[in-house]
Amino acid sequence: MAFVLPAGIGFAAFYLFPTIRGIYVSLTDYNLMSAPSFIGLQNYVRLAGDPLFWNSVGVTLEYVVINIAVQTVFAVGLAVLMHRLTKSVVIRGTILLPFLVSNVIAAMVWFLLLDFQLGLVNAAIEGLGLTRIPFFADDTWAIPTIALVNVWRHAGYTALLVFAGLQMIPSYVYEAAALDGSSEWRTFWKITLPLLRPVLALVLVITVTGSFQVFDTVAVTTRGGPINATRVIQYYIYQVGFGENDFGYASAISVVLLLILAVVAFFQLRMMRANQSDLA
Amino acid sequence: MTTSTETRTLLVGPEPHRPRPRGARRFSMGRALAWTVMGIALFLTIFPFYWMLRTAFSTENALAAGAGSLLPVEFTWGAFARVLGLASQESAIAEGGSGASVDFFLYLRNSLAYSTLVTVGQLLFCSLAAYAFARLRWPGRDAVFFAFLTALMVPPIFTALPNFVTMRDLGLLNTIPGLALPTLLMTPFAVFFLRQFFLGINREIEEAAEIDGASKIRVFFQIVVPMSGAPLATLGILTFINTWNDYFWPLLAGNTEDSRVLTVALGVFRSQTPNGSPDWAGLMAATLVAAIPVLTLFFVFGRRIVDSIGYSGVK
Repeated sequence: MAFVLPAGIGFAAFYLFPTIRGIYVSLTDYNLMSAPSFIGLQNYVRLAGDPLFWNSVGVTLEYVVINIAVQTVFAVGLAVLMHRLTKSVVIRGTILLPFLVSNVIAAMVWFLLLDFQLGLVNAAIEGLGLTRIPFFADDTWAIPTIALVNVWRHAGYTALLVFAGLQMIPSYVYEAAALDGSSEWRTFWKITLPLLRPVLALVLVITVTGSFQVFDTVAVTTRGGPINATRVIQYYIYQVGFGENDFGYASAISVVLLLILAVVAFFQLRMMRANQSDLA
Repeated sequence: MTTSTETRTLLVGPEPHRPRPRGARRFSMGRALAWTVMGIALFLTIFPFYWMLRTAFSTENALAAGAGSLLPVEFTWGAFARVLGLASQESAIAEGGSGASVDFFLYLRNSLAYSTLVTVGQLLFCSLAAYAFARLRWPGRDAVFFAFLTALMVPPIFTALPNFVTMRDLGLLNTIPGLALPTLLMTPFAVFFLRQFFLGINREIEEAAEIDGASKIRVFFQIVVPMSGAPLATLGILTFINTWNDYFWPLLAGNTEDSRVLTVALGVFRSQTPNGSPDWAGLMAATLVAAIPVLTLFFVFGRRIVDSIGYSGVK
């Protein structure tokens, strides 16, 4: 029993207690200075009518859709390529490199590469005779830009997860397909992808829930701007909690984010029937 | 499960009736195209790292004129000297820095202390707990383990705000121990990861030792830990890298010079804009300072890290 004690204290003090406290604080008016005062559901009523909150939900959804769609296509593509071409650990290691540096570093280097004046990408765009693009400063470009920067950091990692799933598909399945004269393309759509479904479901739950919590890239590049264009949910929580010291309201938004994540994960697993493998 | 890959025959080319063994492939347009796509992907992966180097060794004031230059613009070590606090204020300003004192040696030390503390603590406490969940019998074991697992679902942002209040009440804000404490004792992932491993190892040696009168704690430290070198090392490396790259929690809880870690310091440095834009050469030198320890770990333990990804993510 003493074996679990330190971890048990860690769990109680830094997971269980804060979860309960977070829910409680969301029902209070709390500015960190004086004790929280209970106000019932007022924070949630306020939230329902807060255009900035709804804006942050919309912005986050746009980010998640772009980020996950592009990243999943890239990751599955990379994984299948690696699977069919090479077992090289060096190549797998190389595509993992961006994941090993922090979001902050990934954001910084792309902030430079995509800079309006100094960025190589804009120099190339101008070299092609096109007009420079203010990637981070334009409200239609900013979210797709941030979404793609994070694709750069996470696609290799996601590809390795998918790659691990590909290795679970037994080789006789491919051999049978080849004997029947199936093309690589057809084998991918009719065999690989369907058999990959349970793995893909788990990978998507991991990446989608992570994607909803986007913060670092926004915090070091656009800081929510231009105007409200990149104020994602977690950045809004940060601003409300630490910019305005309105901890009660910030906690209420956190509770809503938690609920969104739970619902999304539930439906993803339901829809993709993740626990059933077609190989059984 | 992974053993099947060792014997797998990859089928390629247009001859479905005679499967070719690995290594005896002919050139085909499809494969050439596939390798080209792979090549482009690898290039896009690597190029930004090259760009950090190229910019870090450039002279800040010359960058604007040489924006399209693929090589460092007016090669200099100045940017590194600037961010490591080795350059005088005048020379820093002359080269295009802000002149504000920055000392990435200090942030490097803070990051090292924070990441090491979390890694060592997690390895010790989570392996003890994982062993108790895998081997020992005690009332409520499965219920407690289930509770630990549900903590996997709670996003970090949700616990971060209350944990900030806890750290403030304990007087540990803006200290390295305060940064480390919430993840020092346990993370659900570490417990889960190690429990899976402990469940898989043979009980017989432990049972023999217990018959010989060894205590549980002795069995754990003298038999189980030495047998668990590989998973402990893997978990340690993953924990260290994750902690090193953490931004949100240190941004909340570490905002003094003595508690600011590299990620947070990079954000602060980026927000200083001496010439209307950041000191890019300095910033890229600083990102390299922040990235090099992790990249070094990777070059030493590369295969272990790569192999751990499938295991930790999907299982």
